[in-house]
Amino acid sequence: MTDFVWLVIAFPLAGAVLLHFLGRRLGEPLAGIIGTLAAAAAFVVAFVAALPFIVEEGNHGETVMLWEWMPAIGANLEITWDPLAAVMALIVTGVGSLIHLFSVGYMHGDERFARFFTYLNLFLASMLTLVLGGNFAMVFLGWELVGLCSYLLISFWYTKPSAAAAGKKAFVVNRIGDFGFMVGLMLVFTNFGTLAFDGIFERVPEILDGSTATAIGLLFLVGAAGKSAQIPLYVWLPDAMEGPTPVSALIHAATMVTAGVYLVARSATIFAAGDAGIVVAVVGALTALWAASIAIAQSDIKRVLAYSTVSQLGYMFIAVGLGGYIAGIFHLMTHAFFKALLFLGSGSVIHGMHEEQDMNKMGGLLEKMPVTGVTMGIATLAIAGIPPLAGFWSKDEILGVAFEYGGVGIVLWVIGLVTALITAFYMTRQWFMVFTGEPRWEEGVDPHESPRSMTVPLIVLAVLSVGAGFLNTPFRLTLEHFLEPSFELVKVAHPPEGLGMFALLAAISVGAGIAGAAMAGFVYSRPREIWERFQGGFGGLWEAWQAAYRVDDLYGATIVTPGRKLSERMAFDFDAGGIDGFVNGVGRAVRSAGARTRVLQTGLVRNYGVGFVAGLLAVVIWLVIAGGGV
Amino acid sequence: MLTALILVPAVAAVVVMLLPSDRKELALPVGFALSFVPLAIAGYLFFEFETGVAGYQFTQKAVWYEPWGISWNLGVDGISLGLVALSVILIPIALAASTTITDRTKEFVVFTLLLEAGLIGSFLALDLFLFFVFFEAVLVPMYFIIGIWGSERRIYAAMKFFIFTAFGSAFLLASIVALSVFHNRQFGSPSFDLLELMSLDLTLDQSRWLFAGFGIAFAIKVPVFPLHTWLPDAHVQAPTAGSVLLAGVMLKLGTYGLLRFNLNLFPQAAVDAVPIIAGLAVIGIIYGAVVAIVQPDLKKLVAYSSVSHLGFIVLGTAALTSAGFQGAVIQNVNHGLTTGALFLLVGMIYERRHTKKIEDFGGLAKVMPIFAGLFLFTAFASIGLPGLNGFVGEFLVLIGSFPSIPVFATIAAFGVILAAIYLLWAYERVFTGIPDKPENQKLTDLNAREIGLMVPLVVLMLVLGLYPKILLDRTAASTEALLDRVEQATTYEVPEQGRLADVFAGEGDE
Amino acid sequence: MIEVTAGWYLSLAAVLFSIGLLGILVRRNALIMFMCVELMLNAVNLTFVAAGRALGNLEGQVAVFFVLVVAAAEVVVGLAIIVAIFRRRESASVDELATLRG
Repeated sequence: MTDFVWLVIAFPLAGAVLLHFLGRRLGEPLAGIIGTLAAAAAFVVAFVAALPFIVEEGNHGETVMLWEWMPAIGANLEITWDPLAAVMALIVTGVGSLIHLFSVGYMHGDERFARFFTYLNLFLASMLTLVLGGNFAMVFLGWELVGLCSYLLISFWYTKPSAAAAGKKAFVVNRIGDFGFMVGLMLVFTNFGTLAFDGIFERVPEILDGSTATAIGLLFLVGAAGKSAQIPLYVWLPDAMEGPTPVSALIHAATMVTAGVYLVARSATIFAAGDAGIVVAVVGALTALWAASIAIAQSDIKRVLAYSTVSQLGYMFIAVGLGGYIAGIFHLMTHAFFKALLFLGSGSVIHGMHEEQDMNKMGGLLEKMPVTGVTMGIATLAIAGIPPLAGFWSKDEILGVAFEYGGVGIVLWVIGLVTALITAFYMTRQWFMVFTGEPRWEEGVDPHESPRSMTVPLIVLAVLSVGAGFLNTPFRLTLEHFLEPSFELVKVAHPPEGLGMFALLAAISVGAGIAGAAMAGFVYSRPREIWERFQGGFGGLWEAWQAAYRVDDLYGATIVTPGRKLSERMAFDFDAGGIDGFVNGVGRAVRSAGARTRVLQTGLVRNYGVGFVAGLLAVVIWLVIAGGGV
Repeated sequence: MLTALILVPAVAAVVVMLLPSDRKELALPVGFALSFVPLAIAGYLFFEFETGVAGYQFTQKAVWYEPWGISWNLGVDGISLGLVALSVILIPIALAASTTITDRTKEFVVFTLLLEAGLIGSFLALDLFLFFVFFEAVLVPMYFIIGIWGSERRIYAAMKFFIFTAFGSAFLLASIVALSVFHNRQFGSPSFDLLELMSLDLTLDQSRWLFAGFGIAFAIKVPVFPLHTWLPDAHVQAPTAGSVLLAGVMLKLGTYGLLRFNLNLFPQAAVDAVPIIAGLAVIGIIYGAVVAIVQPDLKKLVAYSSVSHLGFIVLGTAALTSAGFQGAVIQNVNHGLTTGALFLLVGMIYERRHTKKIEDFGGLAKVMPIFAGLFLFTAFASIGLPGLNGFVGEFLVLIGSFPSIPVFATIAAFGVILAAIYLLWAYERVFTGIPDKPENQKLTDLNAREIGLMVPLVVLMLVLGLYPKILLDRTAASTEALLDRVEQATTYEVPEQGRLADVFAGEGDE
Repeated sequence: MIEVTAGWYLSLAAVLFSIGLLGILVRRNALIMFMCVELMLNAVNLTFVAAGRALGNLEGQVAVFFVLVVAAAEVVVGLAIIVAIFRRRESASVDELATLRG
């Protein structure tokens, strides 16, 4: 039926290969157009392949086998095409196509223009491998490949040392997470004897006991925390902003960083069998609040968005941790739209401001860049949770799930509310700082609206940010019905029943959002002195936020520096001095023993002859005495 | 067939030796061309090799010295097949990479070809005496390759290499002779035949001592911590071709020996020694990686990474599960490809800049984009990025060792983080940033010959990464048989998920 | 008339052997030392033949042929070396050839 679904991966992969070898010859903008077409083709295929799920109720999808990889451990290259995979594939290819299109304009004039699209296409193929993989090994394959693409794209401008360092940091921190994921996989294999989804999820209740399930869940959480930038492994994401802005939009906002959420949702049965879910939710909540507070005081336009992404991913973790898988995926989708829009918008601003990223040097851009300003305004309202925009529906569903969970859930709900307030605050602050007030541009900067290829994706994403919420409102649960077959084996958590309850919770959260937005609007729509007085009111707290709580310094002092010291001690003292010193010592001992005995070798044949005869005599005498006569 | 595989390189060496001495420039092309003959033979073997058959194939046996039970006994199975293929692939590449050797070229080619004969002989020998002869014969050409064509401290490195290995060989020889003597006692005639010796009835003490004797020889060759210090020196001093063959194939004599001889001959001792072997393997994995991080010399860094990677192979051997064995066998091949490629690349930059110090470089990606791309590709293969070959072996080893030795497997998995750190940090310092040193700005990118050297390796890394079936199919039956052997001869029971029923169809396990 | 038994031959061989041995120990001329070696070899040959005859089997004589062949080969190589050294050093004294001193 949907055998052709492998084309979803094949198109971008073919694009990457083609652009890798011919990119330079194709040149600009042809290389970009080919890349965009490859992404769009994947979207079309994914859409066609997803139609059966819409038409037939309760269609579980199927597994499409491509070829054998490591069959001994149930790891083949195979695709599981079910509603969950379809939703993810549509988000990835859809947002991906728009970002490809945007990049044609954004990367204009870059000497490695074609190479950029090679990497973007490769990323799409990898991400699709991740979400379509039919076994954990293939998910891990995609998981690592997106890490590779992230590495390549963050350090795309590798002549900048900070970019190269950021790429490496991202990969290494991700690898720490992968360690957990990998050990989790080993545990899965040890229990199930296979890594194939088909042999695992249905057998969870009969095979896994609670503690093993919890252990696997926690190990998966380590992996997910690495990829989805959660506490304590989130530190790579802000640095990842060194990459070109479309990369930040595609990889570090819309798609790759949501892989952790996807992983938890995909392994729902395992999480349901143990108690790891609540830990996931708590980690998510803490991250949400922590990152949001840092975002308040950032002045780099992209760093605000980076911390905001970390924070929003925390929301998704709350949802999937508490069993609200559909709520989590829903927020994943809406977030992909509005956060991609925000990033692309910020890219448009940066582009128009001649690579300026400091919001203190912006202001009053709305007139110069109306499309960017308006679309970013829409996205700001969406992420702030103002109805009826997309963010409102998905965020409310998550908060509802937390509230309904009760107990700890109430605490998480409160944290979520506070985070919502803060989110509304810093996003509104950003919008006002960038688009209103007096121009604070540097000399010679002449802001201008971006070309059509960049504004069209903004507009499309703005429409989606407005309308996507209606895919799953309490009145019409379209997405929920669509996804249901993928979560049949678990009990999916829902917000409280009933419209009254919905209205009450919605009112509270919208109130928080409006309060935050209003506060920011009140302060940041006015001259700079007012902001500074306001910020000064927080005292040291503001500086702590600005410095991101100095977590990087902390890690540097506790892990990186001692680690390097240890490595140096091992390499130069222990290995070269200790072990090899011992080896060379043995060598020296042999040599000096030789030096002492060498004097016996006079080189005179007579002396040797005497020794010879003496030995002979000794043997003869010994034979005569001991041998009893010859 | 197998005899030809050993004789052809030896004959080729003679042919090169007989070339007129006033036509020095002929030696390398002729040697290179002749090295394709073993490649063709091995290629034929590889595809004619019957999958799903556990025993030795293409066997040949001729009595050599009957009173001692020595025979010219050759055979190939899934465990050795990949290594033979690896040897014949790397030899032409190593030769073609040696165009900068202008001094005594003829001897160099001769030694390389003799090395090939010795390596292949070691992998094919089913007679312990014969194995020992080849095992030792390999030493001589390598000693000269390091000692004559190496860099400044070559004599020291060659000596160290030789003495270390010879030290281990002494134990190996003693143990082999002891086995033959035991055979004489039990069956009335000495024998060096592996299959006959497997039926010996040894006391636990005997088998433990002999296990240790074999083990020390192979552990030095691998090398297993703490017997590894000859390796960095040998690599740093060896010429490029020497490093490629040393890391690519020669170290595998150790891991191969452990799998082939230690497990087959002394299963109970092996089962008892699992904690020791696995412990040393894990120490090697972590230790090699930690030490690699701060190495100032690119070649030394790769050398220590070898210590780390080979730890995975040893761990897979100690796992005593199907996936562990398969991972170990396939990782043998993978490590040969990736590390061989890394040494080639380091050699290429060394020929241009005459330095291997990381701090002397910087920003090379700008001036040598193709070189940077190939280096990064190989680095990721070495890190174990899924989709490339390194992952398949490492992942199988980890997955395979978890059911039997979970603690060791978990610690070993930590090595994957460290691998990313040392290779990517080195890449960052060598390739990124702005090329600010004037010597670096003038560098030229790889030429067609150098790219040609890398292409086969890169293709193999991709193919084995995405379609390892071509190797796994051929190894499965042999590794299963080995596992059967261990399980039947000892009290050891393979844990529930350590045995993969559907590894290969046919050939019932029990 | 005294019967010449094997003992006489063996005694003669012992005497010859001792003369050869003493010569090697006290003389410095390589050529003379070489002759002494030959003397010792022939003493051994005599022992072989005498013993073989006394014991009535042929192996002693077989061994002698081996010794003769080896000795002939040794003479060829040895004399060649001595001549080569003599050409180089104008002397055949072994004391001057102490380059193997440790």
